[in-house]
Amino acid sequence: MAGGSSIDVLGQFELHPVLGGLGEALRFSQSPLYMIMAACLVLAFLYFGMRPAAVVPGRFQAAAEVCYEFIHSMAVDTIGPEGTAFFPFIFTLFFFILAGNYIGLLPFSFTFTSHIAVTLALAVMVFLLTVIVSLKVQGFRFFAHFMPAGASMFLAPLLIPIEILSFLSRPVSLSIRLFANMVAGHVMFEIFASFVIMLAGFGVVGDVFAIGPIAINVALVALELLVGVLQAYVFAILTCIYLREAVAH
Amino acid sequence: MGVMMKIVRAGLLATVSGVSLLVMAAPGAHAAGMPQLDFHNPLVTGQVIWGGVIFLGFYLVLSQIMLPRVGRVLEDRSKRISGDLDVARSAKQDADKAVAELQQARKDAMAEAQANLQKTLDAEQQAADKKLADINARLSAEIADAEKRIAAEKAQAFGTLKEIAADTTQALVSRLTGVTPDAQLVAQKVDGAIAHQNI
Repeated sequence: MAGGSSIDVLGQFELHPVLGGLGEALRFSQSPLYMIMAACLVLAFLYFGMRPAAVVPGRFQAAAEVCYEFIHSMAVDTIGPEGTAFFPFIFTLFFFILAGNYIGLLPFSFTFTSHIAVTLALAVMVFLLTVIVSLKVQGFRFFAHFMPAGASMFLAPLLIPIEILSFLSRPVSLSIRLFANMVAGHVMFEIFASFVIMLAGFGVVGDVFAIGPIAINVALVALELLVGVLQAYVFAILTCIYLREAVAH
Repeated sequence: MGVMMKIVRAGLLATVSGVSLLVMAAPGAHAAGMPQLDFHNPLVTGQVIWGGVIFLGFYLVLSQIMLPRVGRVLEDRSKRISGDLDVARSAKQDADKAVAELQQARKDAMAEAQANLQKTLDAEQQAADKKLADINARLSAEIADAEKRIAAEKAQAFGTLKEIAADTTQALVSRLTGVTPDAQLVAQKVDGAIAHQNI
C-alpha cells in the first residue's frame, strides 16, 4: 500500500454482496458463500469417501478415516474420556478452518479466515463454551483457578488480575493468531504478484527478473499450505486444551 | 518458578493483545482501509451471523449424520477384526491342546517301551546269572572230585615209595655190610625217617 496505487494488497479482503440487492439486504457477501462451499466440500469428501463403507478401505475412504481418527485421537488424548462428547465440535472447528484456509489459496477465491470478525466469532464461541462447561462441571470452584495453588497470599493482588487477564486474552490471541497468519500470507502473495506485473513494464530485462517473485510465490504456496493446516491445528488443539481445563475436576 | 513463568507469559500475552487491539482500534488503520476492520460495513458483521448459521448447520450435519457413519464403519471393522482374532485364538488353543496330547502319548509310549526293555534285560540277566551259578557249581564239584582222586593217587604213590625205599635201603645195607638186614627193622626205620622228614 506504501508503493502507491499500483499495489492494492488489501483489495482482496473486500466484501461484495452476492446477488446484488438481495445479498445487500441479507448482508450476504462472498464470505458466507465460501463458508458454505468449505462446509459442502468437507461433507462431500466424507460422504463420497465413506460411501463404500468397506472393511478394507480404498484410498479415498482411508483418507476420510484418517481425518476422523486424527481429530478423534486429538480430542480424546487431550481432553480425556470426556473428549468423545466434544469430538464433533472439534472436528467441525478444525475442518471449517482448514477448508477455509485451503479454499483461500485457490486463485480468484476468498479466504473467510482472513476476517477478524469470523475468527473472533469462532474464538468467542470456543471461549463461551469453555466457560459454560467449566461452570457446569466445576461450579464455583471454577473461580479458584484464578488463584494458583500454593502461591503466597501476598502475591494474590498481583496474581489474580494477571490470571483473569490471561484467561480473558485467550479469545483475543486465538482469533488474532489465525487472522494475522492468513492476512500476512495473502498480502505476501499480492505483493510478489504485483512485483511480477511491475517488472513486466521494464521490457525483456524485467521479464527475466520477474522469475524471482514468481519463484517466491511458488514457495509461498507451499508455505501457506503448511500454515493453513498448522493454524487449523493450533486452533483445534488450543480448544482441546481449554476444554480439558474445563472438564478437569 | 512456575508462577514467575506464568506472570511473564501473561504479561507478554497482554502486551501483544493490547497492542493488537490498539492497532485495530486506531483511526489511522481504519482510514488506511483494512476492509476487515470496517465494522460499519454491514457485510463485515453479516459474516458473523451467517457464519454462525453455517457453522451450526455444518456441526449438525457432521455430528448427526456424517461422523456417526464414519464411526460405525470403524467400529464394524474393529469388531470384525477382534472376532477374527477370537476365532484364531480358539483355533490356536485347540492346536495347543492337540500338541500337548500328542506329546503326552509319545511320552507314555516311550516310558512303556523303556519298561519293557528293562523287563527283558532283567530276565536275561537273571537267566545268565543262573547259568553262571550252574557252571560254577559243576566246575567246583569236578574240582573237588579231581582233588579227591589226586589225594588217593598221592597216598598210593607214597605207599609204593615206602616199599621202594625199604628195598633200596636193604639193598644198600647188604651191599655195604654184606649183611642182609631184617626187613621188618628196615621198614620201621624208613617209616621213622619219613616221619622225621615229614614228607
